[in-house]
Amino acid sequence: MSTATLSHAHEQDHDHVPTGWRRWLFSTNHKDIGTLYLIFALTMLFIGGASAMLVRAELFMPGLQLLEPDLYNNLVTNHALIMIFGAVMPAAAGLANWMIPLMIGAPDMALPRMNNLSFWILPAAALMLMLSFVVPFFPGGGSQINTGWTLYPPLSLQVGMSMDFLIFAIHLLGISSVLASINIIVTIFNMRAPGMSLMKMPIFVWTWLVTAFLLILVVPVLAGGVTMLLFDRHFGTSFFNAAGGGDPVLFQHLFWFFGHPEVYILILPSLGALASIVPTFSRKPLFGYKSLVGAMIAIATIGMVVWAHHQYTIGMSLGAVKYFMIGTIIISIPVGLMIFNYIATMWRGAMTFETPMLFAVAILLLFTFGGLTGVMLAVVPADLQYHDSMFVVAHFHYVLLPGAVFGLFAAVFYWLPKWTGHMYDERLAKIFFWTNIISFNITFFPQHFLGLAGMPRRIVDYNAMFTEFNVVSSLGAFVFGLSHLLLLYIVIKAVRGGRRAEPRVWEGAKGLEWELSSPPPFHSWTAAPQVR
Amino acid sequence: MRRLSRACLLPLLGVAGAARAELGLNFPPPVTTVGQEIYSVHMVTMTIATVLLVLVFGFVIWSLVHHRKSRGYVADQHFHESWFGRWSWVVVPVLVLGVDLTIAGSASRTLEKIWLVPKSPDLLDVKVIGHQWWWEYQYVDHDLKVESRFVGPEKAGDNYLREVDHRLVLPTGTKIRFLQTSADVLHAFWVPEFGFKRDAIPGYVTESWAEITREGVYRGQCAELCGTWHARMPIVVEAVSPQRFADWVQEQKAIKVAAAAEAGSDKVWPKEQLMAKGEELYVTKCGACHQPGGEGLPPAFPALKGSAVAKGAIGAHLDIVLNGKAGTAMQPWNALNDLEIAAIVTYERNAWGNDTGDVIQPAMVKAAR
Repeated sequence: MSTATLSHAHEQDHDHVPTGWRRWLFSTNHKDIGTLYLIFALTMLFIGGASAMLVRAELFMPGLQLLEPDLYNNLVTNHALIMIFGAVMPAAAGLANWMIPLMIGAPDMALPRMNNLSFWILPAAALMLMLSFVVPFFPGGGSQINTGWTLYPPLSLQVGMSMDFLIFAIHLLGISSVLASINIIVTIFNMRAPGMSLMKMPIFVWTWLVTAFLLILVVPVLAGGVTMLLFDRHFGTSFFNAAGGGDPVLFQHLFWFFGHPEVYILILPSLGALASIVPTFSRKPLFGYKSLVGAMIAIATIGMVVWAHHQYTIGMSLGAVKYFMIGTIIISIPVGLMIFNYIATMWRGAMTFETPMLFAVAILLLFTFGGLTGVMLAVVPADLQYHDSMFVVAHFHYVLLPGAVFGLFAAVFYWLPKWTGHMYDERLAKIFFWTNIISFNITFFPQHFLGLAGMPRRIVDYNAMFTEFNVVSSLGAFVFGLSHLLLLYIVIKAVRGGRRAEPRVWEGAKGLEWELSSPPPFHSWTAAPQVR
Repeated sequence: MRRLSRACLLPLLGVAGAARAELGLNFPPPVTTVGQEIYSVHMVTMTIATVLLVLVFGFVIWSLVHHRKSRGYVADQHFHESWFGRWSWVVVPVLVLGVDLTIAGSASRTLEKIWLVPKSPDLLDVKVIGHQWWWEYQYVDHDLKVESRFVGPEKAGDNYLREVDHRLVLPTGTKIRFLQTSADVLHAFWVPEFGFKRDAIPGYVTESWAEITREGVYRGQCAELCGTWHARMPIVVEAVSPQRFADWVQEQKAIKVAAAAEAGSDKVWPKEQLMAKGEELYVTKCGACHQPGGEGLPPAFPALKGSAVAKGAIGAHLDIVLNGKAGTAMQPWNALNDLEIAAIVTYERNAWGNDTGDVIQPAMVKAAR
């Protein structure tokens, strides 16, 4: 019968796994694209990490030792851009690709070919970003990008052609993010298994839904801002040039209208992964599901309208700074609620401490600390002192490493057995955790003192009064940076082999992804599960 | 070798740290009325943050110790359904809101005091102009200005990167209004002992104010990334009594009058004197970009040693120095007097083997303006 043949051919199609380079270049499979994203992010993590270690090497001692000032600033710029756009965002997108279809019972992403496109734009964008770094070293390449990732004019108008490479890199990265976001939103709204109502979705899926909306709202603003910069540089406009009637502060508003929500874009998916991890290892249901959903929507909404707290020192009116101060402090309510819910999930649980849970606990503690220094920074009078000092550097590394990067590590350890079908080496992973967390604190904690004592950020050389804490910070940074080689080794080892993972890898794990084998078949949920 | 010797110094660091009286852990003690207010806001916020941190750490650690499977603890599967589970979404935000309002309330009161410049008849206006990479301070009421530049380690000693050639001299017990602006890119005026910083933005004039309560020397740095030598824009304030300040103003005015008279005279200067003057001026005003040895920092800052401009026509050379070069970091230097320009150009045309033999007199500069 024709129907039988059809279904037979259909099944064969499902078993077919393409091989060789075509499997990856032409991939429309959410798992393969997720893997590509994760490999890309890991590569970028090492490049961004290497640039940070060079920066810390220069700051190890007072005096100019390793780097010319412009090269130093170039590395500072590239470290930020690579970590944010190359490492954290693609890693979170990789998790989304891998996990959202598995978690909502969908066979794949809704727009598989666009999925391919949104990934394969990234290597081109990364190449453009690298070019912006190396072009000045070629004859006629112009000066280096010495602006920091904020790209504030008029300084960014002085930079040579490498700034143009960077502007195009940002355009490409933005297109990739927006495409991925559209795909995620469409997938979540249309591909959920029967019975999987919005309020039954795992929190990780919720965080990505909110993140995707944030991306679509704010990335075009950044793209517009850098386009105006491009026009000022080459086509005689004066958007940001005071001498031509323009306004240098306008760029800061455009940048931070993107830049502040970007912080939540970076941390929400990671905090979303915690909502799977903490209940699993506490062996009890997630505390406050509804309030978590409400909290993250509140974070995204309020987070969109408090951007100018990055610019208290530009001399806004009293009313404006008061508004931005109170708005920013108010964000502590939903953020505090999220943290509270995770702690309440642990409370009266029967906890065990496998590596994902170790990271989760560390995140709750360290992210709380970073959040509280954030409240300090939100307070205008005090910020007039902290602003643009090393205190700020310490603060945002306490927010973004625990809030985003450690959350990604936790998620990778949590789902790695599901992806590879092998358990990772728990002993090595615990060594990695402790080295990583301790050296992280040694690196960034002393920077608070440096900032309070008066050390500005982004300086290549400093007075001897700042030596001690810089030495400690740099030593910590070298250990912290190198510890990630252990992460790489653990991941490779788990990919190549190891104890076979059960479908339900962790004792207390709940959710659709654990109903599938480990690793899941190349095409999963071809028949939608029924969710009750 | 230098790197190696620095590495060898490492074990001595602990000793050095102990030798220095204090290792900065908090704000330096504020010396302005505004700074006192800011310091107390900082301490209040930090105290609240610390209490909250201890609470969170306490709950988490308690839970980590007691609620573990290895101790045979059985998970409470209905915890989230208790009254606490049902109402925590109200309780927690209300508690956090209370803390938030406490912080915001105390901060708002202080904010108004520091944000609005008080109206005062004896308000001293100081215009702070950021340049790549030096500070210009104009005493608007006294028609005086101070150019304040980074000095090298040989002169600065322990205060390297926090010492300048000419300090910003300010009176104590006087309300001072700072008017920040910039000639090129963004900078920020920051003296930690004052308790605040404010951006210097081209096309804007931003306001801040302070009343210094203690005499002394207070050191800060530019706080907004401004390009290559951002690290070399120290700010040094010398706070003196109003009487000494008045004396200083008179003294500076006398120096200014004498310098103007010297530059304006039709005297023909011998080459040696111009070269000596030129070297000093070149190193302070041009050296940051074109480098003391004239080798520049290509491609942004071209070399002057053997350059076509420095060895070519005098008129073109004078033009670039006086009027700058559009589209580059080279700014117009027409604020310098004729003698200064003549000395710099003479120096550039004869130093580092440029050896053109040209001697430029102030009169030639006056003609070129």
